[in-house]
Amino acid sequence: MKIHIKNGRVVDPRSGTDAIQDVYVAAGRVVAVGTAGAAPADFKAQRTIDATGLVVAPGLVDLSARLREPGFEYKATLETEMHAAVAGGVTSLVCPPDTDPPLDEPGLVEMLKYRARSLNLAHVHPLGAMTVQLAGKRLTEMVLLQEAGCVAFSQADALMADTQVLWRALQYASTFGFAVWLRPQDGFLAKDGVAHDGQVATRLGLAGIPASAEIIALTTILQLVRDTGARVHLQRLSTARGVELVRLAKAEGLPVSCDVSAHHAHLSEMDIGYFDPHCHLVPPLRSDRDRAALRQGLADGTIDALCSDHAPVDEDAKQLPFSESEPGATGLELLLPLALKWGTEMKLPLARVLATVTNNPARIIGNGVGTQAGVLAAGETADLCIFDANTMQRISAGTLKSQGKNTPFLGYELPGKVRYTLVGGLVVYEG
Amino acid sequence: MNNPQLNARGELQHLLSVEGLPRETLLHILATADSFVGLTDRDVKKVPLLRGKSVFNLFFENSTRTRTTFEIAAKRLSADVINLNINTSSTSKGESLLDTVDNLSAMHADMFIVRHASSGAPYQIARHVTPHPHLHVVNAGDGRHAHPTQGLLDLYTIRHYKKEFSQLSVAVIGDVLHSRVARSLIHGLTTLGVPDVRVIGPKTLLPAGVEQLGVKVFHDMNKGMAGVDVVAMLRLQNERMNGPLLPSAQEFFKSYGLTPEKLALAKPDAIVMHPGPMNRGVEIDSAVADGPSSVILPQVTFGIAVRMAVMSILAGN
Repeated sequence: MKIHIKNGRVVDPRSGTDAIQDVYVAAGRVVAVGTAGAAPADFKAQRTIDATGLVVAPGLVDLSARLREPGFEYKATLETEMHAAVAGGVTSLVCPPDTDPPLDEPGLVEMLKYRARSLNLAHVHPLGAMTVQLAGKRLTEMVLLQEAGCVAFSQADALMADTQVLWRALQYASTFGFAVWLRPQDGFLAKDGVAHDGQVATRLGLAGIPASAEIIALTTILQLVRDTGARVHLQRLSTARGVELVRLAKAEGLPVSCDVSAHHAHLSEMDIGYFDPHCHLVPPLRSDRDRAALRQGLADGTIDALCSDHAPVDEDAKQLPFSESEPGATGLELLLPLALKWGTEMKLPLARVLATVTNNPARIIGNGVGTQAGVLAAGETADLCIFDANTMQRISAGTLKSQGKNTPFLGYELPGKVRYTLVGGLVVYEG
Repeated sequence: MNNPQLNARGELQHLLSVEGLPRETLLHILATADSFVGLTDRDVKKVPLLRGKSVFNLFFENSTRTRTTFEIAAKRLSADVINLNINTSSTSKGESLLDTVDNLSAMHADMFIVRHASSGAPYQIARHVTPHPHLHVVNAGDGRHAHPTQGLLDLYTIRHYKKEFSQLSVAVIGDVLHSRVARSLIHGLTTLGVPDVRVIGPKTLLPAGVEQLGVKVFHDMNKGMAGVDVVAMLRLQNERMNGPLLPSAQEFFKSYGLTPEKLALAKPDAIVMHPGPMNRGVEIDSAVADGPSSVILPQVTFGIAVRMAVMSILAGN
């Protein structure tokens, strides 16, 4: 399939390109980018996409998207969520191992990879469980899991109380150069909590999770990184002090990277309002001050990537009082709009904004996955997202393809509408 | 964000929390309660304000005492009262909270009195019954969040003995962290213009940033008691007496129990309140609970009048 994408605003965060250009796609790859005459001599387009007024960017790379398979098909299925992904312009995503059973055996990973590949939509990169059953006790067969397709290892949101096991896991993973992805949270301090231990939890009578839960875990992890040299990606930071600790760790030269969820980049504890279960998230939405630090940290590069933290939850599980409701929010289709909203509010150039959802997260996944995602350049795989940056869209259950309609942003008007998504040079979504 | 307690005309549609209610609404409830207080002394205690109305006591968490006071209040207003202890009925069969509510709405209920162990549950019920504008929800205690009729009866009691709110010092003492009573009382006091609201307790039993509710924090009870007009004691739940929050009931009593000696630090005419049931010898000494400053039993009497006031106002809106 040869596709000529005409007259679009081509933005490539890696090179910093931001110009009206044409993109030529053939045999799954971008073969040329440039003015109308840049096409290879023998290029005869089978399809021409007029991208006038649209942005042509690398497909989005999402570092945290739960697909709910295997085990939680009542919340969502691979098929629904993969359609949601491409509808959101996401062409590569990382799924955490907190399925049922968890991704702690190579067979499970192979099956998931196979099922995902056969859908021919976005690329799925599973995280392997770091410990068997995510129980925090026994290490998994990381080498075999990596061969099966795991890009790194993680405890998801499961408790990791035993620092001895964490220490050994980091040593073992780093032996083979595997990265470990951790969401810093002290399980004891977070126990029973459902909201940030601050003014809103105090007013509403919700059990609190203190900021210290993140800070203590982060301090522990950073020390173990210093000790073991393991490559660690810190997931979904939520506190101002957490951002500061990562800034210092990077300055020190520790091999760490980190991300923040799109929810935490926009919302704070105040958005819980009158017990809105859609704002029951993990980690909890924190104070306005924390949110400001997260937004700033993402802008100055301390935080490398913005992720959707996609967590589709079935309707019934949200129709419960706040603390009994299941945490999480759907997000694959909101990642681009929320990135654009953040970028506009922070007055950042588009290439810089898109870097947080394309090139930066792709670098964190690493080159081990075969192709270089998150880049728009001649010779690279044609995973592309073509969107209208100026159209505002009202978010409603009806506009979401994900099986999960649970998001605090229902009713919001957000910028950005995906018009075409290409994966491997094929148009997999048109909106 | 609309205030979910008020209807489009700004009248009380549900009573979910004292927080966010206008001062005028609070005063209106207290004034309406005045007219019911006298009634309880009469031979015929019933008035027909809720005749033909069905009041459902939906108690997802057991509380004989609170349920009884609501039942008496509703019956004195001539309502039909149906008591449902839901933790022993349908939800244990797997029926969801909102399915239960749908079923009862279909029985043409007029009012739900809701007690639930989770903060915010009555809000969810109130949101869910929006299609039935004649249906009113009264929060009878949700988790740690609110117990508005208790807060209102505390305000009523204070007004009864102290007449004015604008010059008072009020101390709220004990387990504020887990107390819906404390939250409702504090919001009521600050809304009605009480200039000096204090909370007294160990750091383990005070929620984060409690100062932002408009209170002064004391950890030393002797300092916190100095010159107060009203002492509002809170109940300490048994399960919180030994563990990470407190070492023992005895030690709690030593530091924060209300004894005659500590009460002597308050104003000579100070009143002592307690929402009940009391733990004698844990948060309060019997000599105080049964002493001349105690208004604990009048609180119970006023509680019925206040609940009658709330129900009659809701039914009229």
